[in-house]
Amino acid sequence: MLTQLKETVELEEFLKFDRVTKSYGSLKAVDDVTLTIRRGEIFSILGPSGCGKTTLLRMLAGFDTPDSGRILLDGEDITEQLPNVRKVNTVFQNYALFPHMTVRENIAFGLKLKHLPRKVIDQEVDKMLAMIQMEGCAHKKPNQISGGQKQRTAIARALIMKPRVLLLDEPLAALDLKLRQRMSLELSLIHDEVGITFMYVTHDQNEAMSISDHIAVMHDGRVEQVGTPAEIYEAPRTSFVAAFIGDTNFFDGRISEVVDSEYCWLDVPELPPLLCFNDKKKAKGDLVHVSIRPEKFSISVDRPQIGPKQNVLPATVEDIVYQGDHTRYWVSIAPDWRVAVTRQHNRFMLDERSITWGDKVFISWQSDDGFMLERYSEKDEDLLQMPPQLPGDEPVPEAPPPASEAQSGEEEGK
Amino acid sequence: MRSPEMRRRVLGEYAVTGPSLLWMTVFFLLPTLIIFAISFRSRGEYGGIGDQWTLETLKALRYPNYPSIIWRTIWMSVACTALTLSIAVPVAYYIARVSAKVRDTVLLLTIIPFWTNFLIRIFAWKSVLHPDGLLKHFLVFCHLLPPDAVLLYRPEAVLLVMVYTELPFAILPLYAAAEKFDFSLFEAAMDLGASRLHAFFRVFVPGIADGLLSACLMVLIPCIGSYVIPDMVGDKDSMMVGNVIVKMTLEHRNLPAAAALSSVMTAVMFLPLLYFLKGKKQPDGSAKPAREVV
Repeated sequence: MLTQLKETVELEEFLKFDRVTKSYGSLKAVDDVTLTIRRGEIFSILGPSGCGKTTLLRMLAGFDTPDSGRILLDGEDITEQLPNVRKVNTVFQNYALFPHMTVRENIAFGLKLKHLPRKVIDQEVDKMLAMIQMEGCAHKKPNQISGGQKQRTAIARALIMKPRVLLLDEPLAALDLKLRQRMSLELSLIHDEVGITFMYVTHDQNEAMSISDHIAVMHDGRVEQVGTPAEIYEAPRTSFVAAFIGDTNFFDGRISEVVDSEYCWLDVPELPPLLCFNDKKKAKGDLVHVSIRPEKFSISVDRPQIGPKQNVLPATVEDIVYQGDHTRYWVSIAPDWRVAVTRQHNRFMLDERSITWGDKVFISWQSDDGFMLERYSEKDEDLLQMPPQLPGDEPVPEAPPPASEAQSGEEEGK
Repeated sequence: MRSPEMRRRVLGEYAVTGPSLLWMTVFFLLPTLIIFAISFRSRGEYGGIGDQWTLETLKALRYPNYPSIIWRTIWMSVACTALTLSIAVPVAYYIARVSAKVRDTVLLLTIIPFWTNFLIRIFAWKSVLHPDGLLKHFLVFCHLLPPDAVLLYRPEAVLLVMVYTELPFAILPLYAAAEKFDFSLFEAAMDLGASRLHAFFRVFVPGIADGLLSACLMVLIPCIGSYVIPDMVGDKDSMMVGNVIVKMTLEHRNLPAAAALSSVMTAVMFLPLLYFLKGKKQPDGSAKPAREVV
């Protein structure tokens, strides 16, 4: 992408949160966060409700002031600047369009405050209306246009100010699924067109993965990990990141033997020794937690021929959820220990005898595909997808999207 | 043609609105019409209503003092409304923004005056504004007033007490509107470069337009009809139409003349109200339903 090209040119710190902390009463909403955002990129802050991502955004917009720490924009300390002076603009979660103004007046609002000549304002607004393809709706009031159009108006209203950074607070949360997918595509197109740095706050991992150049995963006011979407997914540093983004399986064990500079043998209770990639350079006897994504496993009825760097485990199929492009199996590898395995249907499925409930199967994986976690918390296991309660039942419905990020808790504190 | 189902629904609507319609007809519309009719009756010998139809009372309306009294009534009421709203809007904004605990306290303070009888509160004002009252002594002591200044019995005192009386009636509907106001709009305005003052006037005030309109009516209408306040804290230069009507009824015992004056004031108030009720034309041509306005 365009932005990646720019990254190689400019690696400077365009926007920096420097050890920022903010509490509401006894609640630490943002706890010692340091983040660096490059010029022109789409940077996402991803996390569940109440993780502090909205607080972080509000501090950047100027609606809240950090208790300690600084926010630097292009080298300038903007921590104490009022929101109406900052060269950042926000697309609010509920769009916050002015209901008594037309779409055109909404978009022109910021420029009118600058007392620009009428002609200039009209020209700029026309340009924006053309960009968001809403010339036909310019005279309508916000309550007469659709959700997607409100969204576009809100973006145009912010972009017309030519901000250094555009802040987007869950901009797609209020839209339905199909519209969400289309708008997220549109957002990246707009981003490529204007070349402004976007800071994108969301609780939706798919949205963040598909749109961002970099993602910061937040949890309980702290940044758990910053990286490209692929880094975050493939090399999660903590159990929270592994479980919150995508789905995974955790294996806890002690290193029984370090093989060479790269591999080690892992002693996991109730399982045979497992070969494991030792990128963290752990020593013999260390307790480690390994995350293995469900799609890294292969499942087969016959015992597979395995290479030297592979592991294989016998298992029993407990649950199957067919999802069209893939099937998810929950197999037990030990009493009361179920592992999620997904299998892509890259071949026509009906030709072969399918695996069914109670089958004895083998799961195998490359030892490189497991990833050692730096930090592990047992309660993150609650984030993992669990099989349906009873065999044959409907699959467990997806958890409803978390309510708007900690608004209730954080706002009332004021 | 109406289907039976449709007819049943219409019938149901009548059944629901019927009682209040009846109430309004009997206790509001009919009395108004009766008063209107009385203004065309002759004056009874001993202060009652005569039994002849006449246009005499209409001639009496040309009494040379009336235009100036009606004019004073209108400008005092408009001034009172403007002053009241200019105090009530910031108060409503404040109440809507503070924490729930402070909000309850302030709302309580707003309503507390209602616990004391209206007349007693005006007497309290009289003693505050009295030539020997604390306020005057204090202001003279601070050299803000010459010792011979008069606070009581003048139009300004009437205005002051009227604003005081009407303030809660403006604050409450304005607060109801401000409470529903989405303050992220305020943040959005500031985000786009508006100062707090700008955001207040460009986003908050238009955002509570409905509450503003009902507060306006809530204040203006009682003001136009007021007679106790000008009577008690005003002088002859602050006489309002209400005082004239009282005088006609109690002193002159000329009920038809009082009725005629009442009818004129009803018409004066009713016409602008009619304009509001019709609703401002929306850009798409649809009229705003009246019930949203009041």
